[in-house]
Amino acid sequence: MMALTREYWQGVRDGMPFVLVIIPFGAVFGVVATEAGLNLAQVMGFTVLVIAGAAQFVAVQMMVENAPVLIVLAASLAVNLRMAMYSASLAPHLGKISWWKRGMVSYFMVDQAYAASILKYENTPDMLPSQKLAYYMGVVTPICPLWYVSTWAGAVLGTAVPAGLPIDFAVPITFLALIVPMLRSAAHVVAALVSIIGVLVFSFLPFNLGLLIAALLAMMAGAEVERRMAIKRAA
Amino acid sequence: MSFTTAQIWTIIIGLGLGSYLLRLSFLGIVGNRDLPEWVLRHLRYTAVAVMPGMITPLILFPQATGGSLDAVRLGAAVATIAISLWTRNATLTIFGGAAVLFALHFTLG
Repeated sequence: MMALTREYWQGVRDGMPFVLVIIPFGAVFGVVATEAGLNLAQVMGFTVLVIAGAAQFVAVQMMVENAPVLIVLAASLAVNLRMAMYSASLAPHLGKISWWKRGMVSYFMVDQAYAASILKYENTPDMLPSQKLAYYMGVVTPICPLWYVSTWAGAVLGTAVPAGLPIDFAVPITFLALIVPMLRSAAHVVAALVSIIGVLVFSFLPFNLGLLIAALLAMMAGAEVERRMAIKRAA
Repeated sequence: MSFTTAQIWTIIIGLGLGSYLLRLSFLGIVGNRDLPEWVLRHLRYTAVAVMPGMITPLILFPQATGGSLDAVRLGAAVATIAISLWTRNATLTIFGGAAVLFALHFTLG
């Protein structure tokens, strides 16, 4: 249990900086969703059941535009298709834990928890599955409860958030803080570049499909560079 | 918006359930089976393949400015990358990036 506790607290510590992003992001969702006409139960329903900011924003935006229910669902679920990739990426690390724990990991699968955990798992390959789970739950601990609370605060306190501040940019800043440390080999850099170029090239596609295509091409590019570098090293 | 209460809850529950199934997909199905090496090789690049593409439009065409390139946000992004390379520390990067963002907002914006 001592080892588990240590991994857990390490996760909590690594999850703390994201609080800075989760609070404004959740509060803004609370404000936007309330202004769109949702009541408090519906706003909290989104935040607790969906627990994915980007998809929630897309859904509310399309509801404001009075899109058909199925289109709202298709577009916002497309934003969350990346979660299936995260799920596949975590499976080699967390696939051996019990089914209900995998169910719990799935519920809390948010970008920050995924990115912080996968970076940790790759840097410390000798972690046990139970330690990997403890770390993951540690990262989630400061993030997810604050996501609920800040959305609630945004919905209730609403317009107290000063208008005009560039808080929308909290999200890109955290993502950059997550991505840059991941660029530790030529293969990772190539994958990131293909992702960026791909998303710009395919930006004309609807429902966020451009991001999906860009991500698949980027994964293939990264894997191919890794394969070629391994051959070169062996030769 | 002109949705009935039932329609709103259909969207909330549908999106919640769909998102959960996407998150559970591989963790649930693959479980403790070992994946072939070529699959694992692709999966190692998932994070760097998805996240840069997600934020590129947010940096270059922010909705808050109506989609036009904005010196405040672009400057903050460049500074965040620089701070991350320099400090190698997520906390300092996020605080530093936020500080530059607000500094640029109040000087340029």
